[in-house]
Amino acid sequence: MSVIETKNLTKKYKELIAVDNLNLKVEEGEIFGLLGPNGAGKTTTLLMLTTLKQPTSGTAKVNNFDIIKQPDKVRKSIGIVFQDPSSDDILTGYENLKLHGWLYDMPDDLRERRIKEVLELVDLTDRKNDLVKKYSGGMRRRLEIARGLMHHPKVLFLDEPTLGLDPQSREYIWNYIEKLAKEEKITIIITTHYMDEADKLCDRLAIIDHGKIVVLGTPKELKKNLGGDIIRLKAKNLDIEMLEKLKYVKKVDRCDSEVCLTVKDADKHLQEILKKVGKVDSVEIRSPTLDDVFLHYTGRAIREDSPEGGWAERVMNMRSRR
Amino acid sequence: MSELKGIYALWYREFKVFLRERSRVISSVINPLLWLLIIGGGLGSAISFGGINYQTFIYPGVLIQTSLFSSVFFGVYIVWDKKIDFLKEVLVAPMSRTSVFIGKVIGGSTDTIIQTSILLIIGYIFVYSGIMTGLNFNIISILITLAFLLVTIAGMVSVGLIIGSQMESPEGFQLIGSFLIFPLFFLSGALFPINNLPSWLAPFVFINPITYSIDGLRGVLIGINQFNVLLDFSVISLFSIIMFLIGSYAFKKMKI
Repeated sequence: MSVIETKNLTKKYKELIAVDNLNLKVEEGEIFGLLGPNGAGKTTTLLMLTTLKQPTSGTAKVNNFDIIKQPDKVRKSIGIVFQDPSSDDILTGYENLKLHGWLYDMPDDLRERRIKEVLELVDLTDRKNDLVKKYSGGMRRRLEIARGLMHHPKVLFLDEPTLGLDPQSREYIWNYIEKLAKEEKITIIITTHYMDEADKLCDRLAIIDHGKIVVLGTPKELKKNLGGDIIRLKAKNLDIEMLEKLKYVKKVDRCDSEVCLTVKDADKHLQEILKKVGKVDSVEIRSPTLDDVFLHYTGRAIREDSPEGGWAERVMNMRSRR
Repeated sequence: MSELKGIYALWYREFKVFLRERSRVISSVINPLLWLLIIGGGLGSAISFGGINYQTFIYPGVLIQTSLFSSVFFGVYIVWDKKIDFLKEVLVAPMSRTSVFIGKVIGGSTDTIIQTSILLIIGYIFVYSGIMTGLNFNIISILITLAFLLVTIAGMVSVGLIIGSQMESPEGFQLIGSFLIFPLFFLSGALFPINNLPSWLAPFVFINPITYSIDGLRGVLIGINQFNVLLDFSVISLFSIIMFLIGSYAFKKMKI
């Protein structure tokens, strides 16, 4: 059964089409990734699915409720962890969760029980009475993930869940996401522009560019569909045209002084390629990663930071308020 | 029921934060005290109106000044909530935007009423220690004073939230806020009597809703008023209701 289904979902801003006739189905219980360069329309899609933005045309169903006609029911069905910190740092972790329980009209006993459960899930039980401003960036993210889960949503949206976190915290967050997908049995939608994150977590993913789905599939399929391995050559005076003519070379990308070839059965053909190329400075052969997939479909390498500055940076700004 | 719980949640947040930010409470009380003691005391040594010492005369104005500043600037917190994603967290909850607005108004009004109550207590102490004379403090006058303050504050918190809902940056809010508060304050008769104004100034003073708050308070606390206290109360209540309605509309239309 699909838990999310969009029908020609579109959002226009004056000249710009942020989301362009998007048709997408997400099945119950899967971790689904939305990938794309900055400004590709990921966050806008998320904001429409969570009823915070009205589509210009088209619609979508979340948990079988229409996002335009039944926004209240949609809101009760979803949990969301926003890109920027969305907890009050002058309240304690526990108070933030209590506030959330009230906003979602949870009965008192259920609320207290869930607070306990979700705090345990993200290992924050012993820090629950500390003010959030004393938390690290990673802890704050975990708290917000816990909060998003509190009211038993059918779908959990995670908008860039590890943006601006250090590698260790990212690893932690990934473990929690995998754990809760198993324990809470919910559908998770992740937007990210970390390819390793998408590869590790997502059952299926869609790469979006210019508001349209460019390609959709499991990480494994997508990598396989590139049609071979990557051979990276560094040499002077490479004859690109000659390389492109070879039958087993699927694609030739030039990056600086290097050339990346996508080659079918690369291990078999390496010898032949090297013979044709002549003297090389270095050569590297590897299996394709999602980065290669991304590059292949969007034609640009992903940029790591968003134009408005990273998540961590905003936490810093936020600390100086009040 | 669910809406009430949500409103309570928003109030709870504002109140907790307010209690934890003691510097906010203290600074909001110090400023009016300086007005009362220095401007009031200094000018009071030379000026009196209708037998009322200047310091006593501006006491209602100082109460309203505190109300104006704290309640309008409460709106800046919505800009901060917007800058981080706390506002989205609230708006994505299954409650109406009107309830979000009501919760914010009650939260901001609570903060401000606490600050003005501190000034009322200080006023009471001043009267009984003889620093100020001629203030009429009794249960009825205090209740009417609180009613005036509550209505004024709820209206001005709405004004602050209306501005906040339209602004993207705290700096912008500061600018617009000051641009609004200073004329409201100076043109309200907080610092001078309004019965004998120059003809060019009078219209500005009489279209200012805050004038009626101060006139009413002065009538109740000192016994000098230009208009009937009931008229004063009706004017400021009408103003606040209109601001409240505009505010809930602004929240419905607020872009995130």
